[in-house]
Amino acid sequence: MGSASIRLENVTLGYERRPAVHHLSGVVEPGAALAVCGPNGAGKSTLLKGLAGLLAPIGGRICWNALSPRDIAYLPQSAEIDHAFPIDVLDFVAMGAMRRIGLFGRVGRNERARVAAAIASVGLEGFETRQIGTLSGGQMQRALFARLLVEDCPVILLDEPFGAIDARTIDDLIKIIARWREEGRTVVAVLHELDLARRAFPQTLLLAREPIFWGATREALSEARLAEASRMVEAFDRDAEECQRDEAPHAA
Amino acid sequence: MLHEVFIAPFLDYEFMRRALVGALALAISGSPLGVFLILRRMSLAGDALSHAVLPGAALGYLACGLSLPAMTFGGLAAGLAVAVASSAAARWTALREDASLAAFYLVSLALGVALVSLKGSNVDLLHVLFGSVLALDDATLIFLAAIASFTLAALALAYRALALDTLDPLFARRASRLGEWIPFAFLALVVLNLVAGFHALGTLMAVGIIMLPAASARLWTRDLTAALPLAAAIGAASSYLGLVLSFRFGLAAGPVIILVAGGAYFFSLVFGRTGGIIRLRRPERHLEG
Repeated sequence: MGSASIRLENVTLGYERRPAVHHLSGVVEPGAALAVCGPNGAGKSTLLKGLAGLLAPIGGRICWNALSPRDIAYLPQSAEIDHAFPIDVLDFVAMGAMRRIGLFGRVGRNERARVAAAIASVGLEGFETRQIGTLSGGQMQRALFARLLVEDCPVILLDEPFGAIDARTIDDLIKIIARWREEGRTVVAVLHELDLARRAFPQTLLLAREPIFWGATREALSEARLAEASRMVEAFDRDAEECQRDEAPHAA
Repeated sequence: MLHEVFIAPFLDYEFMRRALVGALALAISGSPLGVFLILRRMSLAGDALSHAVLPGAALGYLACGLSLPAMTFGGLAAGLAVAVASSAAARWTALREDASLAAFYLVSLALGVALVSLKGSNVDLLHVLFGSVLALDDATLIFLAAIASFTLAALALAYRALALDTLDPLFARRASRLGEWIPFAFLALVVLNLVAGFHALGTLMAVGIIMLPAASARLWTRDLTAALPLAAAIGAASSYLGLVLSFRFGLAAGPVIILVAGGAYFFSLVFGRTGGIIRLRRPERHLEG
């Protein structure tokens, strides 16, 4: 697994030349559980898109080493999922098997067992034949986690997985994240609630467009550092000059 | 009496038998595509693409006159070009699919009408716009049947891929290397059916047999596997009834087929079991739990 790390080399991510994540360097080690915290507009979701390979850096470099895009599961904040689409929970969760069987392959006995186990793990037994459109927000999030379980990827990226979800569901989903950690998977999650980061993620990246701190969660979420992060100016400077910092990938 | 109205025209006249076969082939392959167009919120894309077919067909007509292979090839090329260009523009530029499709098809349509006006009378233009389901020759019929067969085979093969890409495109794209190509392949199928349709129903009416039965079917069932054959059945029934009515009352066949499909749609709007007005206004009594 040594080569399954993701290395960020002086990465700047953004839109139309405006940096949303500015000169970030670091390594997401294999098996790491990393929380990404910070104020709104700090570039957390943008960073996750970059890690997923959906957004090319406008400066620096992201190295996935031995990981291919198909090794990285990504749960976006508001998935482009059409909830009105006529599909039941069982078929929805079974989508996760696509990475192994491809678009045309058969969902064999092994995959069926895996799907059933995933549905049981997230506590959605009895919901198999329910249409996804009839699920509540929390139930839908459980279904999405079940699909991630079936995907069985070494790296899992979660963007605000616990937004608008009750405590019981959060507890259940955090257990699943803990299980992923035990299995040696890498989990990177954008979290808004700092308590959840303290509970389940030993490492935290505190981001306020500029990286404030990347390391042990307790240190990252100290009063002083949080205060520093909150001083970030959210609006862009309209007359911003071109950034003069070194863009070389290894300068940091 | 019933025999005379519903069966005799097809026994007595060969052109009616040909029209029936052609219309059935179109309906059975086009309607299921329409279900996916609706689910992908691309209901108007079919319309746009049908206009895009026109300049190609016109070019074929300019070069070779009313010739099946020339007009088919031209229509296919133009339709595919617009489909690919607008998908690509949506994928790689800031414009969304609907905007790029609208832009490409308008240019294409203007080009088509300009080309048709270069040579040829209004009669020819009418043929291209509204088709001639009552004058299908052997070559055209075989062509329609071949496209219908190909479409159904492709749908059967790619059913799951297409459904998953419709449900969660980002996921489909990430999970499989082929995921990227699903939208292109789907639009290509739609273009194929539009080109087939324009020989029989014309470029303007061909979309009708794709969209109307599909919209009706969606009002009767939430189950996708039921909606596809149901749409095909509604399309086939509309084709048959449309031909019967047009023969009986001496009306143009293509438009009457579409009108019957439209009638089925309005009926479904009111009485549809899952989405009709009556069901939504007067829901059944709620359950125990």
